[in-house]
Amino acid sequence: MSRFLAPLVLATIIVGVGFSVSTAAAPASMHFNSLSLDLPFGDRMFDGPDADAINNNCLACHSAGMVLNQPKLPRKVWEAEVEKMRAAYKAPVAEEDVKAIVDYLTRIKGSD
Amino acid sequence: MSTPQAPGWQTPALHLSRRNFVAAMGAAGLLFLPKHAAADEMIDLGLPGGGGERPVTTAFPQKGKMILQRTRPPLLETPFEVFDQGVLTPNDRFFVRWHWANIPTQVDAGSFRLNIRGHVNATLSLSLADLVAMPTFEIVAVNQCSGNSRGLYVPRVPGAQWGNGAMSNARWTGVRLKDVLDRAGVKAGAISVRFSGLDEQVIEEAPHFMKSLSLDHARDGEAMIAYAMNGEQLPLVNGFPLRLIVPGWYSTYWVKMLNDIEVLDGPDDNFWMAKAYVIPDTPFAAVKPGETGYKTVPINRMLPRSFVTNLKSGARVKANAPLTLRGIAFGGDTGINKVDLSSDGGATWSPTQLESDEGKYSFRRWETSISPTPGDHQILVRCTNSNGEVQPMQTYWNPSGFMRNVIESISFSAA
Repeated sequence: MSRFLAPLVLATIIVGVGFSVSTAAAPASMHFNSLSLDLPFGDRMFDGPDADAINNNCLACHSAGMVLNQPKLPRKVWEAEVEKMRAAYKAPVAEEDVKAIVDYLTRIKGSD
Repeated sequence: MSTPQAPGWQTPALHLSRRNFVAAMGAAGLLFLPKHAAADEMIDLGLPGGGGERPVTTAFPQKGKMILQRTRPPLLETPFEVFDQGVLTPNDRFFVRWHWANIPTQVDAGSFRLNIRGHVNATLSLSLADLVAMPTFEIVAVNQCSGNSRGLYVPRVPGAQWGNGAMSNARWTGVRLKDVLDRAGVKAGAISVRFSGLDEQVIEEAPHFMKSLSLDHARDGEAMIAYAMNGEQLPLVNGFPLRLIVPGWYSTYWVKMLNDIEVLDGPDDNFWMAKAYVIPDTPFAAVKPGETGYKTVPINRMLPRSFVTNLKSGARVKANAPLTLRGIAFGGDTGINKVDLSSDGGATWSPTQLESDEGKYSFRRWETSISPTPGDHQILVRCTNSNGEVQPMQTYWNPSGFMRNVIESISFSAA
């Protein structure tokens, strides 16, 4: 192997160093604490005058970050995503809102 | 879904039908007090083409610092430095992935029940105490999202834009799934076993999240129901109080908040088996961008992977001095045979030392020492599993961004 590994030394004395492997002690004494917790909601909205359709249709099921973290994608991929939300995940997006949503996605995350 | 709301948990959000959807959306806005995550700390996942910046959040209960991929329903990635700290991922750093936003935020341990029904001799309704009283089973196993590393694919694909941290490893304690099925008594003619949890879809007509295993797989003596991870009860967002553990298989099968097991007398064709989480039926699930017409199958067993964890690309190190390189590897659905490094683009490979073995489904640490010459270096790391499967040099692609396991590399300079 190569240029710099000539003095390759296999480490033999490092086993276990700084590496904690905890041992589980669960059964028999296992006690469960009931939980009552709050989860963050994520109330961010999409910006812009053309954002009404996406804000009104998409944020019931997921926060905006899911969309804002997407890469730039071709319009046909965005069309397929919106259609998947409607057909497979039953998002009640009115036909007349589909184009506005795809237009918005293509404007902020379009690659073509 | 048809399961009635039983005592033992409360789901915060509303069920929305298409009819009352718009009105309820307004109400939902009033029901929730928005909580802002302190977003001072950002991390860059280095995704190809950019856009990999993410906040680091501590806003989720029972969780430490996590990379925020999505707030609702939560997608939380484990920061990569956690993998350098040990083979077991601490519960508060274990990655999180939910499909539907109606996640119970109150779960009562005393009244919670796990139901076993369908093609069985006796329907069961088991409490946590009932499960703890059964023979204990324990296994260390990696839980990895089907789409771990999706954000690294080129061309990019839609979906959760994970870096490499949609994976974690824990010691799971609970009962064998086989023992629970035997207690109910599986009837002749049973084919598959379907699992679902307390989480529910927001839109009532949407498909409830359910996953299935073949009966043989469910009874293999390794598939299990965990009530503890790393010796403690599960965090809420990791599936408290019960999670299905399917060693060697992708996380989509590891149903969280498991409360329903249904034995079926046929294969399961529900949406989450037949339409979602399907992969091209090709080696490495590979197809060409734009390709259509290929056969698909439900995603299943994992592939080997390995990573350097103690050095990041771009690091500057001392030349002609010993440099420790270490990382983690896992074999997929079997153990690790070896982890090798290459500094010449894969022409030649040198072995590393494998450290303590926590079982064939666990992360395993590898380590070695090198002495870099002055200049720029690239190191490749490659795992070969016990079945002889080797990570590929080539990056394979599919439109869902599933099953990435290409050989990873890091670049650094020595002076």
